[in-house]
Amino acid sequence: MIAALELSRVSVRRGGRKLFSGLSLSLAAGEACALTGANGAGKTSLLRAVAGLVPVEEGEIGFGGVEAGEARAGGLHLVGHADGLKPARTVREELEFWSVWSGGTAASAGEAARSLELDPLLDLEVRRLSAGQRRRLALARLLAAPRPLWLLDEPLSPLDARWRLGFGEMMRAHLAGGGLILAAVHDPLPIAAKTLEIAS
Amino acid sequence: MSRPRSRLGALLARETVLAWGRGGGPLVSVGFYAGVATLLPLAIGPEPSRLAAIAPGAAWVALALASLLSLDRLFERDFEDGALDHLTLSPVPLELTCAAKCAGQWLATGAPLALAAPVAAIGLGAPLSLAPLILACALIGGLAFAFTGGIGAALSLGARRGGLLTAVIVLPLFVPPVIFGGGALAAFAGGLPWASGFALLCAYAAAAVALGPLAMAAACRNALS
Repeated sequence: MIAALELSRVSVRRGGRKLFSGLSLSLAAGEACALTGANGAGKTSLLRAVAGLVPVEEGEIGFGGVEAGEARAGGLHLVGHADGLKPARTVREELEFWSVWSGGTAASAGEAARSLELDPLLDLEVRRLSAGQRRRLALARLLAAPRPLWLLDEPLSPLDARWRLGFGEMMRAHLAGGGLILAAVHDPLPIAAKTLEIAS
Repeated sequence: MSRPRSRLGALLARETVLAWGRGGGPLVSVGFYAGVATLLPLAIGPEPSRLAAIAPGAAWVALALASLLSLDRLFERDFEDGALDHLTLSPVPLELTCAAKCAGQWLATGAPLALAAPVAAIGLGAPLSLAPLILACALIGGLAFAFTGGIGAALSLGARRGGLLTAVIVLPLFVPPVIFGGGALAAFAGGLPWASGFALLCAYAAAAVALGPLAMAAACRNALS
């Protein structure tokens, strides 16, 4: 169980260009952080570095004493622009697969679908979903297989006003259960959160 | 909490369905071999004795080439749409994930092609007695093609003209199973000992299944970073 996220003077280089350096952050259980910065500043790269998908040039990323490999294998969710959903598969097939793959079950996928009001869409192909519905499907994976650390890349952008509030409730419930959230955003998060700005 | 075995089972089922959709399935293999069986007599002449002599080898080469058809997309789509990120964030080692993807590719593409191979060879005039060995060679060879092909597909991730790069990487890896399988079939047809060629084909396939996923996982990690 990840109880903290610690970034210590982290630097990331992509495509021969140093995106940022000396970035530090300490996030305890129950806390959220909004990651801000201009387009191309490196917000997505930082999320991917925390997930272990992008190498860190300098500095360290810690998970409150949990070994990094273990934390990344079963302790975090990454929801980004590339959601990994297959257009030709149905909402049910995709949600159940990703639930099982992430450590949940088909039953927990059904509960997540109900929470995000996706149950009327379960037999639709993913290609038929609107951008907002598709984002709700991607977010449903957070509930289908609970993991303590949520790494969110612009989670609110395609959601309408009602679902922005709804996702705010989801995030509050996650934090109340001891979870942590690091979210790259342009719009303010609908919850109390620290802010970490990446200067370009 | 789902166990690693159920995760791999779910992944295998998903990959088989996806591979079926991107160019696998029985209709594709039947269509491919129908094309070979139709065009080959037009290209080399319709004499039955000549066709019968090359039928097993032609079916075998057709299998190797058909295996290439959808290989370049084995990892590419998952890489582009972010699925590879999510597959990596799991307690299941990426090596096993890659193996499951190749097994799905073989089930959807290699196995139907293998089932159609003896039919095509006999249709071209190969003796009926050769059918079981053609089927066995095609099933095992198809496994070798899927797992060595996966290495090429993973190494070409993110490259421009990835399909061409995959073919260039994969073709040398396809040479040994083509030689071993073709040699076993020719020896059997000529009444010579054929078991050594078949055994070498099995050994190559076993090595590809055991070692291929290690190379694929390393290539995927490199592409993601």
